[in-house]
Amino acid sequence: MGYQQPELDTSPKVSDEVRKTTCYMCACRCGINVHLKSGKVSYIEGNRDHPINKGVLCAKGASGIMQVTAPSRLRAPLRRVGPRGSGAFEEISWDEALGLAVRWLAPLRAKAPEKLAFFTGRDQSQSFTSYWAQAFGTPNYAAHGGFCSVNMATAGIYTMGGAFWEFGQPDWDRTKLFVMFGVAEDHDSNPIKIGIGKLKARGARVIGVNPVRSGYNAVADDWYGITPGTDGLLILALIHELLKAGKIDLDYVARWTNAPCLIEEAEGEEKGLMLRDMLGKPLVVDKASGDLVPFDTPGIRPDIAAVRNGCRTVFQHMAERYLAPDYAPEAVAARCGIPAERIRGLAAEIAHAAFDEPVVLDRPWTDFRGERHERMVGRPVTFHAMRGISAHSNGFQTARALHVLQILLGSVETPGGFRFKPPYPKPAFAHPTPHSYFMPGRPLDGPHLGFPHGPEHLALKLDDQTPARIDKGFTWENPLSAHGLMHMVIPNAHAGDPYKIDTLMLYMANMAWNSSMNTAAVMAMLTDKDEDGEYKIPRIIYSDAYASEMVAYADLILPDTTYLERHDCISLLDRPICEADHAADAIRWPVTEPDRDVRGFQSVLVDLAGRLGLPPFVTKDGKPRYRDYADYIVNHERRPGVGPLMGFRGDGTAVGRGAPNPKQIQRYIDNGGFFQAEVPEGAAFFKPWNAAYQNWAVAMGFYDQPQPYIFQLYAEPMRRFQLAAEGYHERQPPDRLRDRIKATMDPLPIWYPPFGDEVGADYPLHALTQRPMAMYHSWGSQNAWLRQIHGLNPLYVPTKVWDEHGFEDGDWARVTSPNGEITVPVALMAALNENTVWTWNAIGKRKGTWALSPDAPEATEGFLLNHLISELLPEKGDGQRWLNSDPITGQAAWFDLRVRIEKVEPQTEAQPAFGPIPSPVPPAKRNRP
Amino acid sequence: MTALPPPSAKKLGLVIDLDTCVGCQACVTACKGWNDQGYGAPLSDMDAYGSAPCGTFLNRVHSYEVQPEAAAPQIINFPRSCLHCDNAPCVTVCPTGASYKRAEDGIVLVNESACIGCGLCAWACPYGARELDAEAGVMKKCTLCVDRIYNDNLAEEDRVPACVRTCPTGARHFGDLGDPESAVSRLVAERGGYDLMPEMETKPVNKYLPPRKKGAVEASPLAPLLDVQATGFAGWLDRLLEKF
Amino acid sequence: MHPAPSVILFTVLSGMGFGLLALLALGAAQPLGLAALLHWGLGYGLAVGGLLASTFHLGNPQRALRAFTQWRTSWLSREGWASVLTLFMLAPVALAAIMGAGLPSFFGATGAAMALLTVYCTAMIYAQLKTVPRWNHWITPVLFLLFALTGGAILTGRNGFGAIMALLLGAALFYSFRRGDGAFAERGATIGSATGLGALGEVRQFAPPHTGGNYLMNEMIFRVGRKHVRRLRIIAILGASLLPAPILVFVPPLPWVMAVAAVIHLVGAFAARWLFFAEAEHVVGLYYDAH
Repeated sequence: MGYQQPELDTSPKVSDEVRKTTCYMCACRCGINVHLKSGKVSYIEGNRDHPINKGVLCAKGASGIMQVTAPSRLRAPLRRVGPRGSGAFEEISWDEALGLAVRWLAPLRAKAPEKLAFFTGRDQSQSFTSYWAQAFGTPNYAAHGGFCSVNMATAGIYTMGGAFWEFGQPDWDRTKLFVMFGVAEDHDSNPIKIGIGKLKARGARVIGVNPVRSGYNAVADDWYGITPGTDGLLILALIHELLKAGKIDLDYVARWTNAPCLIEEAEGEEKGLMLRDMLGKPLVVDKASGDLVPFDTPGIRPDIAAVRNGCRTVFQHMAERYLAPDYAPEAVAARCGIPAERIRGLAAEIAHAAFDEPVVLDRPWTDFRGERHERMVGRPVTFHAMRGISAHSNGFQTARALHVLQILLGSVETPGGFRFKPPYPKPAFAHPTPHSYFMPGRPLDGPHLGFPHGPEHLALKLDDQTPARIDKGFTWENPLSAHGLMHMVIPNAHAGDPYKIDTLMLYMANMAWNSSMNTAAVMAMLTDKDEDGEYKIPRIIYSDAYASEMVAYADLILPDTTYLERHDCISLLDRPICEADHAADAIRWPVTEPDRDVRGFQSVLVDLAGRLGLPPFVTKDGKPRYRDYADYIVNHERRPGVGPLMGFRGDGTAVGRGAPNPKQIQRYIDNGGFFQAEVPEGAAFFKPWNAAYQNWAVAMGFYDQPQPYIFQLYAEPMRRFQLAAEGYHERQPPDRLRDRIKATMDPLPIWYPPFGDEVGADYPLHALTQRPMAMYHSWGSQNAWLRQIHGLNPLYVPTKVWDEHGFEDGDWARVTSPNGEITVPVALMAALNENTVWTWNAIGKRKGTWALSPDAPEATEGFLLNHLISELLPEKGDGQRWLNSDPITGQAAWFDLRVRIEKVEPQTEAQPAFGPIPSPVPPAKRNRP
Repeated sequence: MTALPPPSAKKLGLVIDLDTCVGCQACVTACKGWNDQGYGAPLSDMDAYGSAPCGTFLNRVHSYEVQPEAAAPQIINFPRSCLHCDNAPCVTVCPTGASYKRAEDGIVLVNESACIGCGLCAWACPYGARELDAEAGVMKKCTLCVDRIYNDNLAEEDRVPACVRTCPTGARHFGDLGDPESAVSRLVAERGGYDLMPEMETKPVNKYLPPRKKGAVEASPLAPLLDVQATGFAGWLDRLLEKF
Repeated sequence: MHPAPSVILFTVLSGMGFGLLALLALGAAQPLGLAALLHWGLGYGLAVGGLLASTFHLGNPQRALRAFTQWRTSWLSREGWASVLTLFMLAPVALAAIMGAGLPSFFGATGAAMALLTVYCTAMIYAQLKTVPRWNHWITPVLFLLFALTGGAILTGRNGFGAIMALLLGAALFYSFRRGDGAFAERGATIGSATGLGALGEVRQFAPPHTGGNYLMNEMIFRVGRKHVRRLRIIAILGASLLPAPILVFVPPLPWVMAVAAVIHLVGAFAARWLFFAEAEHVVGLYYDAH
């Protein structure tokens, strides 16, 4: 008898239909194939053709189906009927809901548009939401970058016209050494994983500099378990070592950076600014002729060692500073928690990869000075960093230091090095400046967010020089707050400082929970009333798809759809999905219809804009201009011929520039949900200076004329703020901030101890959070699959602390910071900086939310570190209110947190515990399916 | 039937690269998603939104910490699923013949319509590759996506297991480990791929590639151009420019 | 391993039942009429009841008949066959005993052998598993057989034989506990060897794959307190062996005495069987650092 086995159909039908759209389980925005059976979503996989993910998909993306079937989904608009925070709501119709919103908003627009504060927790579709806010006329708009990674982004823009993630990426196919600073499982989900996979497949070397050796650092070939907040010091020590050994790309820095630019040395209002010609162009000395000429003069060879009239070059200033013994490895080792020998080893490894193994491509190109180069020579060392180094009060300068390091190595925009993704590179001067001038019944005078070049661009009211924005963005406290300060909106609105507002409108921002510092205090602010019994923040409108913690604290809920039921565009006007070799944008479209009375928030905004008669959203006769968001995506033109989507414009063949095409969305759908345009081969590197790239970018509509520029090793705008603090500007900072501005707004990267360190020895440990890869940015851990992977979070404790306190498995600890205490379960981790504890962020949920049962582990053992963090620094006794933020950008300094820890009896529940909120949705069915 | 077939020439399986796996769990949910709607009964989740959620997963990623004697501790992410053993004890213990190993490619499967859910196969497996589905009462396990890898309705390039297709770092490789010339076999040979628990004599088909050696490389330290402290900044600059 | 009540009930009751049937078939007791009906009925009741109990832990008991198909490789299938054959083969023997008719002793002898073979098959379901070192040993079938014979002897009033079996059982239990405690370590598998990472250094679990539970952890990873184990081991040896043995030897074999002895034995047997599962460690626990 032969071997018998069952008959098996190995070719079953996979699904009825595949619809291709864009994931939104995080900010990565991968292409997905959504399979449908009988009209229902049956399976989600990555789209192989998509530029971002090339077919792969992360744990969140593959779990997207559980977002659609989530019991926590809101069902209809809600109006609060009990006290705020009680969770008492009634379901109302959309007509009622929108009518109510208009009754609240219309009078504000007519009389005091600044009394609407509109903040979105998601910074995608930001070009649209900001446009709406601009049309409304309020200066109070921003997205969540202020409490995320604005330091990295802004430092990158000011230094070189872009940063990591959406701005650029390592040349994964050629780089030989990849160094990650502070990157854990956060930003840039699949592209960085794909990249690491490529490096690993080639056996290229990966180094992690991170207090925590998890995630990407787990596969790193070497690990530097640095003390949090000292990355900048380490980077400057590396620069010290490289300079000392002459291991920098002098040709590169001379040609492509402001290293040869001359700096005014004479005392006065120009001191520290660049020498410029009549047209304002920075001047350099041409090595051949010895003449003082504008930096972009054809044919010149800028001299980095020039001295004119006592004025020296940026390079000389830099070298002098960083060669000082303060930055020697020995001087920084103890502070960084890394032996000097190891720092030297890292510098040597970097220098070896950059200079002993250059990547050379035989691709001719012509630079902006008209010089033709026969080859492209690159330095195959690359870096990546995001929140880990950003979320400190010295994060901006640290991020600057890292960008400067890359530039000194000559690795930016060279083969094997860091590569920009179109429409980047885009220097600070090519971005808007901030706008905050508001008038009743009028649109704002321009885009809210931008890049100041000096005190004249601060968002201060013209009359009394008080902050124009509720979050005090672009003020002397944080002049370069390019993403706003979302974490300050509620505290400031509650305090009526700088002024009172009427309506707070939030989108997908869980401010009553994990998105706020000082969560309990924020909940109190949201429910606090003034003497006459009115809420201090009178009205709160909130849009979310799920029964999050924030829902209970709003007065009007506009229920959003899931990402599979809506139109969206991932636009080049916004935060694009390009890769180094191509520009790309994408759409979402309703691949399935909602089974409930919910609407995509962007379409709701279009509807509201029509009802409110906001100018660009209505025709001359006052009729709504756009039917819904899809209609806006197709027909809106930001500049003539340039709209939200670049593909299939005009007659369907135009790219970048072209008239609106009514069939555009269908063309995107037919094309797999995205469009991409290849960067020409000759334009692939040296983009800021490469004429081929500049011309292509103009043709694509990124900008209207070529705008080559040089990298800003020396950031002149910062010097202008210092000058103001020294008394040289008509706008003057308050005296209390003068010294701090002088100290921190240094035009060359510096390091100073994080402000959080000021609490001293009472709090000997650093405390960090990170989002697990299977959860990062995925909005709600109520996902039935993902919550089984991460349903609770211990506090990870390093061996030294573990032993000191006699911890054992299953133990609990009380963790105390200057702001409060929490009691939480602990777990041992050896691969951890010996003075650092950490936990997964945003696993903890409040009882009654997200349609979880109140005894769910997220609500009992799960906890937030947020309770330990305040938006303010501890009182210093000077009567002043000091922000727990970076003094340059205002980025929330989450990772400055210092704590102490003590063992306590095992608990049944993490503390602080909050009472359950009644759920606005029915309880979940117990089992699935 | 549960007698093992004669060893097949073709041995389909996975090669998992522990030097590359970042522990992102993508394979876990891609597997869950595919198999929730594919081969056999859905993969249930009991108490899905409650205090003790407990679902069926065919692939789970562990995270271990290794403390070498004289080096920094390290974290190693470790995916674990059915190894499609040549000498599969889970097959021979099955009383009903539901558990079987395919003669043509060595894939170990459960014929769910014959499974009584006794759990003995899960007991016999050293690797924890089998989970009894609480809702369906049948044994679930990795099918190596047998309903994908030969599926004419899928594009050729998609005929790989869902976990392999989705893995962002490319830490999972699928192929014929019976063919010494296959890409996976060569990878195993190059990187010293190993069996899990060889002492169990199960002869796993799946292989694990060990983490590469970690730590500092032998790089000669950078030599200063000259002693900046002694010669001063100007001397250093001159020396630098000579080089340039 | 998770000590599932259904499986404990099944193995203890059916073991005792088949032991009783074996001894009855061998003529260890030759009750007549109603007594015969009660004795044989008890044997069948225990055996069949135990088998039925075993179906409670099946996910799909309606397909249980399929379990007869794989006797070539599967001890579970063999056990099914053996039990059914035993029950069939002993039916005429039982009927004859109840009717008071005589059958050649060949029928009883083969039936008895089949009954013991059934018990052996049951034991081999566990003893075959390399994954559970505590079970994977000759002592497992010895224990199961001694339980069957002791129980059968008590229920058939074969006091002398019963006492000897009980004492042997006690010794076997004692040995199995002692040997079992070192069994896992003796095989040498550790988290380092299971993961293949041991050569790099000392391995520990940093984080479990899921914070939520799963079938494997519920089924294969069971922790039982040391103190609890000691108490139960004493109950097991006292109940199954040391108490019944003197009762069988020194107390007249009145029915109620036998009933008391049987109940005491059963208490010990249940304790022993609970421990048999609860103490058994599956190698998969290594992956969860739960060994």
